[in-house]
Amino acid sequence: MKAFFKRLQQRYRYSFVVFKELVKTDFQLRYQGSFLGVLWSVLKPLMLFCVMYVVFVRFLHFTDGTPTFPIVLLCGTCLWSFFSEATSMGLQSIVNRGDLLRKVHFPTYIIVASVTMGSMISLAINLGVVIVFGLFTTAHFTWRVLLVPLNVFQLYILALGIAMILSTMFVYYRDIAHIWEVVLQAMFYAVPIIYPLSMVQKNYPIIAKFMLLDPAAQVIMDVRHNLISPENVPTVWTLYGNKLFAFIPLLLTVLIFMFGLYVFRSHSRQFAEVL
Amino acid sequence: MQDVERKSTTQVDQFDDRIVVLSIDHVAKSFRLPTEQATGLKQAFINWTKGIKGYREQVVLKDISFQVHQGDFFGIVGRNGSGKSTLLKIISGIYVPEHGSVDIHGKLVPFIELGVGFNPELTGRENVFLNGALLGFSHDQVAAMYDEIVDFAELGEFMDQKLKNYSSGMQVRLAFSVAIKAQGDILVLDEVLAVGDEAFQRKCDNFFTEIKKDPTKTVILVTHSMDSVKKYCNRAILIRDGEIVVDGDKNDVASQYTLENLQAGQKKTEKKAEKQAHEPGLSDQVPIFRVLPVSPQLLTCDDTFEFDVEYDYRGGSDFYIPMSVMDTGRGGVPFDCGAHFHVNSPGHHLVHFSMPLKLFNDGNFRIIASMRIIPDVTNLSNYEQLAFTSDENACDFVVRNHGTTNFAGLINDRSMEIVRTGMEDID
Repeated sequence: MKAFFKRLQQRYRYSFVVFKELVKTDFQLRYQGSFLGVLWSVLKPLMLFCVMYVVFVRFLHFTDGTPTFPIVLLCGTCLWSFFSEATSMGLQSIVNRGDLLRKVHFPTYIIVASVTMGSMISLAINLGVVIVFGLFTTAHFTWRVLLVPLNVFQLYILALGIAMILSTMFVYYRDIAHIWEVVLQAMFYAVPIIYPLSMVQKNYPIIAKFMLLDPAAQVIMDVRHNLISPENVPTVWTLYGNKLFAFIPLLLTVLIFMFGLYVFRSHSRQFAEVL
Repeated sequence: MQDVERKSTTQVDQFDDRIVVLSIDHVAKSFRLPTEQATGLKQAFINWTKGIKGYREQVVLKDISFQVHQGDFFGIVGRNGSGKSTLLKIISGIYVPEHGSVDIHGKLVPFIELGVGFNPELTGRENVFLNGALLGFSHDQVAAMYDEIVDFAELGEFMDQKLKNYSSGMQVRLAFSVAIKAQGDILVLDEVLAVGDEAFQRKCDNFFTEIKKDPTKTVILVTHSMDSVKKYCNRAILIRDGEIVVDGDKNDVASQYTLENLQAGQKKTEKKAEKQAHEPGLSDQVPIFRVLPVSPQLLTCDDTFEFDVEYDYRGGSDFYIPMSVMDTGRGGVPFDCGAHFHVNSPGHHLVHFSMPLKLFNDGNFRIIASMRIIPDVTNLSNYEQLAFTSDENACDFVVRNHGTTNFAGLINDRSMEIVRTGMEDID
């Protein structure tokens, strides 16, 4: 029994060493050759935010009129960037590291985990920016901020689960990359990021409720609710009378992650042969 | 199968005290080779609706079992496509065997496909640390062996350059240095002896000689060079079509391997002869002219090599068959029989010859023959060439003497010697 634990410990020590080193190099490589380097992690979502703010809020008036909407929009953009980046980079990760898989044996899931963790670092920097903005504007920080790490963890688990499913499929079918691009775009519009949920609520309250059952939408709304504006951002918890419904997206997240783990584990032994 | 196992256990008996560090037990592996391009959803769907499998099964390893003990220098040889590299990847854990099991005790460091997966955008230093991590060493452990790795690779001044600025030789040298200087217990090396320039190879040679003496380190080496098998290995296996053909003595393995390569050459010849009317050296006048082995092609210096010359001559003149023995390993022509054999019977004939080999040391030889009309035997440079044997029509044979220690010389110790006749003081 003791030997078993020792082996377990040894095995995870190895995984951790590889994980650390891969996250480090991935992050190093991400902004290599650019003048501003890591600064892009901050600049990119800010610039995207500016574009969206001008187009959707100023011109198309997609706003609920609350003073917190700009910062809610910024926060949503950051969270969505993480989700889309983590899943699409995760999708490519196994194929991109094919040369490594063919030469050294190491736990394959570390590749996907390290790529998504790289996006996580960017997200952390971005959320820092959001908080700084929040301090200067109208954000309303409450005790709920303490819940944000839990929400972010859920978001990470969700992205990791999806990335594992996609990266496995991408090894066998290269079409997935194109399909996922379209699906991501569709999901982006299905999540109330560039428009307030109240816009949907006004005309189609049922659809608004249904939209929040999407775990991506649920977790993004949760983060914004807990971090910035508990009054103006509705979540699945505030929208449903029956709290049991509110657990559906959480359950979906766990199911997606478990399924991802299962699919990945049952195919990862073949990766070196197929690539 | 039973046979192989028994053989390996008898091998092992004498080293019973050493630990088994690698045990391969009835390992089998086959691959699915796609028959059509099936890397798209569309094709996968079409195949599915039509009930096409879209691949065919290729058996690479059939039933492999062997054990490697601590301190062994274990060679795996076999012709291209025999399954060596697959076996190595299974040992390294990159492929998973379909049947059977692989047991490893100790830290295994693989060096496969000339590299350990470097990233061209990282510097040499970063790559060493990344690679160390992949091989299972923590940052501190890699730091401890870093200097030795750089020293061995002789790349001190380039370590802060990006890897894409390295020459290919430098990259391989660095990768190889990481693999061998990493503090692993079992080193798995695939085709590495051609790495680097002569100086680096000498260095590797020293390293191998040293590691061979170290009883705690185990090396598993895949190679095509029988010289290195004889030099470094204490045990070897020969693999053919996914099965172990010879297991045990490195000299047996090396000889058998050489023989297999000869046979492969012959098979190709037969195939070709069916296809083509005239190969180089032949003509309408002489459609067949070749040297055929009669005795086995793997001999010792106590044997006599018997061979036939087959010809089909449609002309009328009488002619000579000059033959020479080429040394394909060392180069040069050790023997030429000149205008010794005169023939005056046209048509399709077989001429028998024999040649005692008592003079020869180990070597690879080839008998080449030509067919010449020589009007005046005293003037051999004036002749008309009717035919000659091309590479395919010539005949190869190999001499391997048991217990030879001197490989360089053409002539063996029994036929020639240097005798010390005395010694005197000068001062």
